Amino acid sequence: MNTPAIQHCNDFVLKFANVNGSGSASANELFARAIIRMGVPVAPRNIFPSNIQGLPTWYEVRVSEAGWLGARGGCDMMVAMNPQTWDRDVAAIDRGGYLFYDSTKPLPPSKFREDITVLGVPLTAMCNAEYDDARQRQLFKNIMYVGALIALLDMEFAAAEQLIVDRYRGKDQLIKANVNALRLGYEYAKKNLPCPIGLTVKRADAVGDRIMIDGNSACGLGAVFGGATVAGWYPITPSTSVIESFSSYCRKFRTDPDNGRARYAIVQAEDELASIGMVIGAGWNGARAFTATSGPGISLMQEFFGLAYFAEIPAVIVDVQRGSPSTGMPTRTQQSDLLSCAYASHGDTRHVLLFPQDAYECFSLTAQAFDLAERLQTPVFVLSDLDIGMNDQLCAPFDWDDSRRYDRGKLMTYEELEAGKDFGRYLDVDGDGIPYRTIPGTHPTRGAYFTRGTTRNPYAKYSEVGSDYVYNMERLRRKFNTAKDLVPAPILKKAAQPTHVGVIHYGSTAPAMAEAGALLAADGIHVDTLRVRGFPFSDEVMQFIAERDAVFVVEQNESAQLRTLLVNEGEIDPKKLVRVLHYDGSPITARFIAGKIADALSDRKVSPIGQPQRKVAS
Amino acid sequence: MTYLAKPKLLAADAPRNALGYTRRDYEGAISTLCAGCGHDSISASIVQACFDLDIEPHKVAKLSGIGCSSKTPDYFLGNSHGFNSVHGRMPSVLTGAALANRNLLYLGVSGDGDSASIGIGQFAHAMRRGVNMTYIVENNGVYGLTKGQFSATADKGTKSKKGVINSDSPIDLAMLALQLGATYVARSFSGDKEQLVPLIKGALRHGGPAFIDVISPCVTFNNHAGSTKSYDYVREHNAAVNRLDVILPKAQIEASYPPGSLRRVVQHDGSILHLRKVGVDYDPSDRIGAMNHLQERQALGEIVTGLLYVDSSGQDMHTHLNTVEKPLNQLGDAYLCPGSKALEALNAMLR
Repeated sequence: MNTPAIQHCNDFVLKFANVNGSGSASANELFARAIIRMGVPVAPRNIFPSNIQGLPTWYEVRVSEAGWLGARGGCDMMVAMNPQTWDRDVAAIDRGGYLFYDSTKPLPPSKFREDITVLGVPLTAMCNAEYDDARQRQLFKNIMYVGALIALLDMEFAAAEQLIVDRYRGKDQLIKANVNALRLGYEYAKKNLPCPIGLTVKRADAVGDRIMIDGNSACGLGAVFGGATVAGWYPITPSTSVIESFSSYCRKFRTDPDNGRARYAIVQAEDELASIGMVIGAGWNGARAFTATSGPGISLMQEFFGLAYFAEIPAVIVDVQRGSPSTGMPTRTQQSDLLSCAYASHGDTRHVLLFPQDAYECFSLTAQAFDLAERLQTPVFVLSDLDIGMNDQLCAPFDWDDSRRYDRGKLMTYEELEAGKDFGRYLDVDGDGIPYRTIPGTHPTRGAYFTRGTTRNPYAKYSEVGSDYVYNMERLRRKFNTAKDLVPAPILKKAAQPTHVGVIHYGSTAPAMAEAGALLAADGIHVDTLRVRGFPFSDEVMQFIAERDAVFVVEQNESAQLRTLLVNEGEIDPKKLVRVLHYDGSPITARFIAGKIADALSDRKVSPIGQPQRKVAS
Repeated sequence: MTYLAKPKLLAADAPRNALGYTRRDYEGAISTLCAGCGHDSISASIVQACFDLDIEPHKVAKLSGIGCSSKTPDYFLGNSHGFNSVHGRMPSVLTGAALANRNLLYLGVSGDGDSASIGIGQFAHAMRRGVNMTYIVENNGVYGLTKGQFSATADKGTKSKKGVINSDSPIDLAMLALQLGATYVARSFSGDKEQLVPLIKGALRHGGPAFIDVISPCVTFNNHAGSTKSYDYVREHNAAVNRLDVILPKAQIEASYPPGSLRRVVQHDGSILHLRKVGVDYDPSDRIGAMNHLQERQALGEIVTGLLYVDSSGQDMHTHLNTVEKPLNQLGDAYLCPGSKALEALNAMLR
């Protein structure tokens, strides 16, 4: 073999190729978590089909002591457990990389490559010798390859063993069986293979107090902490687990200790129209309510969004974005619902959007969304995506300030009504565009009003008078302006050197963007970055653009949707905003972003202040 | 003119109910529907029923979809919160409202287009779910606001004002409600307040999904010869199975009926339904019998009215969800937020 084998410690990408439904997921996760237990950050990602059993699925583990959590691209080692995809899996390995496979059945040399290291373990034969039961043979085969990898990558066996003990605490039989399988794989590799190979994991201290969880679970937890009591929903990938998480955390935290009864209500609706209808009905009636959905659900909910906007009803919508249009790529990631959410519905509507970057923000922004929805009396969209929603990821530990109280917004009370305070449901009393509202049942004779999607005067009386309509639309515009300073502020990251070039990005692009910034800087290209976290855009966003000669807008959609919002809302010269678009359904990578930006800068001959630019390899 | 407030003048001797309210306190704005519209009679019946039952107006939430019928909640219960929502989607909005606060009375008002055409799905699922509500369909067989198109409850062979014959089969919402799990199902006629008011009262006191299909002729677009939803047609073909009196727990039972002609049903809240048999031998606790009777009479061209079915067990969506007694919209931060300690424990499990 002419190509030297890749030699990397704590910095490589390992990919598992499995068959969906074979029980590989928990074994693969065990592998990833064992590395984290060794203090080395990993970024695992599931690449899965719209299928329950039989189709190919991949699990990619990026090991990065430097802490880069975005997808990297490439593959240093393939654990090829799926005969269906063998050829393309072998082809996907980087030159000098490694192939791990089940060597029970001999394969002809043509099935391998000259420029990679091949590592075979007769997993099927070993399992058949050890277990009688077919299901056990399958499940423990997965644990066995994890054991072999531990030996090959020079990992700590004890870290994985302890994870098994923690996972199955109290179930001694399961612990024993799993540890046994792990050891069989480990010992076989130690005895028969050249351990360690060029890829190794060495104990470090780079994880800190971070936790590992998926964004959808975090959204569900955020809804519990945010005070949601009503969820109306309809199953749709990749959002379903938001409600599953909400349901399980509610059972844990919201079961009345005295009588076992629920301090929450979750209703699986007949469709997305009904789920958002329930949310709006509950919000109108003073409960914090939300739904979780994805692009097709957003399309179905459009009419209701217009009603909620115009009737001014709080609602929280968690949209876990996926490839669209239509059913699109239901199991692949995209950021392609910005426009359909920002301007959702007929007529003149604008909606508040929040962009979490990871599971931590899925938690914190979902919780905050309920305060914003009640403060602003309007639907608030949390725009997550499949990449952060469905993949486990390292993120800052969740935190909560116990002195924080829910902001219920401008609610007129019984006492105020009784004292004769003037109540105009759609009256702007203090210039922020937000009127007072009453909850049904507040007062026997005062404060009741008739909610409608048609025009009314400031006192909620039906009106088709043009000036009443205009008053109301202008007030809604003021309210939207008020929202600018209430949504989470953007996060600015200045380059190491002064520069005229900026990059705007949002959501799940963040880890890849951070790494891209470092790649560019290493090549002498310095860019300031601004991570937008909310819509409407605050003045800081417009200022960032105004102060720079060129601003790249990095997005995971085809039509540059955030850029469109910036041009439209900020009246920005479109030429100033350069598109960097990634939309093939895979998560965006640092290599992609850095390559695009470097290419564009060299084409445009825009030279950032600092060193002369060089092209970054892409 | 788009909004007409009602004059507040009141006769000094206007009768008051146990709460001290007059009927006027249960009224709303002046109706903008056509003169003689059946829907206005239904609004008046709702006012009467709420007055009679001493219901606090602010403890009622009235919700509707879109259409002539859905405009009516503005014309009654002016001291109740109302919600004129989206066409065909009132059931989901009402469901959400009911989830938020189980202690209010929910009155859903809809039409045949709103419930049987665009909203058939939501109608069906709200019944299935057992939402505690009184759901009234003001059924005239046509779209009024868009000028006379057939709705899905129009009978096959019926003739439109423009002379078009309807070739599609009708949807019988009462029949569907029976099939889908409503526990109080009635049919009535807007021209028969004597029958309708007690049916609404029984529904308001029911404690589960209550549905009333009220045939309500459209005087402008569906009151001609050849229509099966005209005043004349419904009067001629009305086949009442019973007459209802609703008696509150505290009230003295004064009426006396010949033995064997009266059926007594106690609802879960203690209210008593007295059903006087009319003509036929009919058992309102027999769901399958009710469906058979409806089908048989429909084949003969009759419109069966009265309380068709009642199951007074008092189960509803909140029973199924096992929610706490206190309304969810009244639970404070301390009941909802697990706090930082719980979060720290969770963080530890995620490392």
